[in-house]
Amino acid sequence: MDIIVCIKQVPDTSEVKIDPVTKTLIREGVPSIINPEDKNALEEAIRIKEKYGGKVTVITMGPQQAEEALREALAMGADEAYLLSDKAFAGADTCATAKTLATMIKKLEYDLVFCGRQAIDGDTAQVGPQLAEQLGIPQVTYVKEIKIEGDSLIVKRILEDGYEVIKVKMPVLLTATKELNTPRYPSIKGIFEAYREKEVKIVTASELGIDPQEVGLKGSPTRVIATTTPETERAGEIFTGNVKECVQNLVQRLVEKHLI
Amino acid sequence: MDFSFTREQEMVRKVVREFAEKEIMPRAKEIDRTGEFPWDNVKKMANADMMGIPYPKEYGGAGGDYISYIITVEEISRACAATGVILSAHTSLACFPIFQWGTKEQKEKYLVPLARGEKLGAFALTEPNAGTDAAGIQTTATLEGDHYVLNGCKIFITNGGAADVYIVFAKTDKSQGAKGISAFIVEKGFPGFSIGKIEEKMGIRGSRAAELVFEDCIVPKENLLGKEGEGFKIAMVTLDGGRIGIGAQALGIAQAALDEVTKYVKERQQFGRPIGKFQGLQWYIAEMATKVSAARHLVYYAAWRKENNLSYSMEAAMAKLFASETAMEVTTKAVQIFGGYGYTKDYPVERLMRDAKITEIYEGTSEVQKMVIASNILKM
Repeated sequence: MDIIVCIKQVPDTSEVKIDPVTKTLIREGVPSIINPEDKNALEEAIRIKEKYGGKVTVITMGPQQAEEALREALAMGADEAYLLSDKAFAGADTCATAKTLATMIKKLEYDLVFCGRQAIDGDTAQVGPQLAEQLGIPQVTYVKEIKIEGDSLIVKRILEDGYEVIKVKMPVLLTATKELNTPRYPSIKGIFEAYREKEVKIVTASELGIDPQEVGLKGSPTRVIATTTPETERAGEIFTGNVKECVQNLVQRLVEKHLI
Repeated sequence: MDFSFTREQEMVRKVVREFAEKEIMPRAKEIDRTGEFPWDNVKKMANADMMGIPYPKEYGGAGGDYISYIITVEEISRACAATGVILSAHTSLACFPIFQWGTKEQKEKYLVPLARGEKLGAFALTEPNAGTDAAGIQTTATLEGDHYVLNGCKIFITNGGAADVYIVFAKTDKSQGAKGISAFIVEKGFPGFSIGKIEEKMGIRGSRAAELVFEDCIVPKENLLGKEGEGFKIAMVTLDGGRIGIGAQALGIAQAALDEVTKYVKERQQFGRPIGKFQGLQWYIAEMATKVSAARHLVYYAAWRKENNLSYSMEAAMAKLFASETAMEVTTKAVQIFGGYGYTKDYPVERLMRDAKITEIYEGTSEVQKMVIASNILKM
């Protein structure tokens, strides 16, 4: 099976702080990570490869430093990596992003395209579905379980109040949820191989053969007028579990804050 | 001049740190309390290819560089110093001499499973009457036909009892001092080899310090490592590298204490403000951070020299001396800053202080490091 996984490098929002004056994200010094649910997609792709053979190709669109995310994906076990990087791609909305990714993917062989459900920075969950439309293949979103049956997949997709089971023929695009698996750590050997034996191919707009007017900010129908931060109440925390655990957690939290 | 890590090394640090914080750190307190050998951690490290980082892939290693290995020891030790020394003793003291002096057959038989993490290694030099005076060991090895017969005992052996493969030093010529010592690869289960007392320790309680007993222990002739009489040299060169590992362990402990203090002084309020606002505390933190940084530079300088095939005996001794004394100082200061809380087991700084002490003692005491440094400077 040839599997293409689309990933995005995002700031680690668990470490992001908001500037109290400007109300914008402080990006400086915030580590970049592979978007968590993209990692679930990658993990599942690697597991399928390990079981059934084939190849995992990982693609990202982003600035040069996104290479690090691709190297990490290679260290986890991906075989090939493409970095779609060009000034013309900058400022893309989800539509222009999907178009750029689709142009690249159409040049490759694949049975399965895998994306994360949504990115923790934009939270739109649009690129996966738009990409499937651009490629003209079926899509199944919010995937929590996959079984392979010949040239078809039996996929469980999470709904708000249960799940739905769908049988779908490949090629197909799936979007992964965090319920799908627990991504592995890249092995140390994998890191050395990612840097020494594997390659990240950088692809520009002209190499992609794409009209610069159709990508990036120019190719994006979305316009951001303004960004505002809603006033937040003091964040509450709800402890779950049995009463004993809840009380233990509460007391521990109060001790940590030196309140008791 | 270039002080930066490569991108590959940066990723090793990032990945190991995440691994250590999520997989190793949460168990550190429990391991310290029970003194159990953390097999789960060893298994996890093996699965992540951490047990043979600087050795070639053909010998079961990760095919990486020495600096990446040292980064790994630092980060694992920052999370759990006991687990850090298990890794360091295994990689630096057990794998290294086989890699350096082993025959092709010895490497295939012993280094491959060790570097893959399928087996655990240990290094056995110290005896009840031979600590700093390592040439004074009394364990003997007598050649009888196709095998050697070992008699004697070793103490304080890290990974002792847990390990499958031991590098054991014994006298093949009692009439000689250091030149009469030879090194052997001894498997757990060789007839006449048993484990004696397991020490109850002040710190790094999850790691083993065990007595090894050899009573007419049969070791096949082909398990002689290097040549007869080369043992002392093998031990000393191996310990030179081991000291970089212990320096990294000490550095990880010191960094953990500094991280804890940095967090605490922002939270703890006295006189109506966080104690970090007081200049007295700020000076402590500045001094601690400066020493940790200096230790880091010494440790990675020694590792860089080893990686680049430059002499590193003196630099490793300096790194180990300074990093271990820094770890002791910084962790003691951390307990002081935490005050009464720091003296309790509710916070990790008391454990860090107990863990730090051993780094000034094993793989050569601070005094031994000074002997090594002075002899390199004075050459007399």
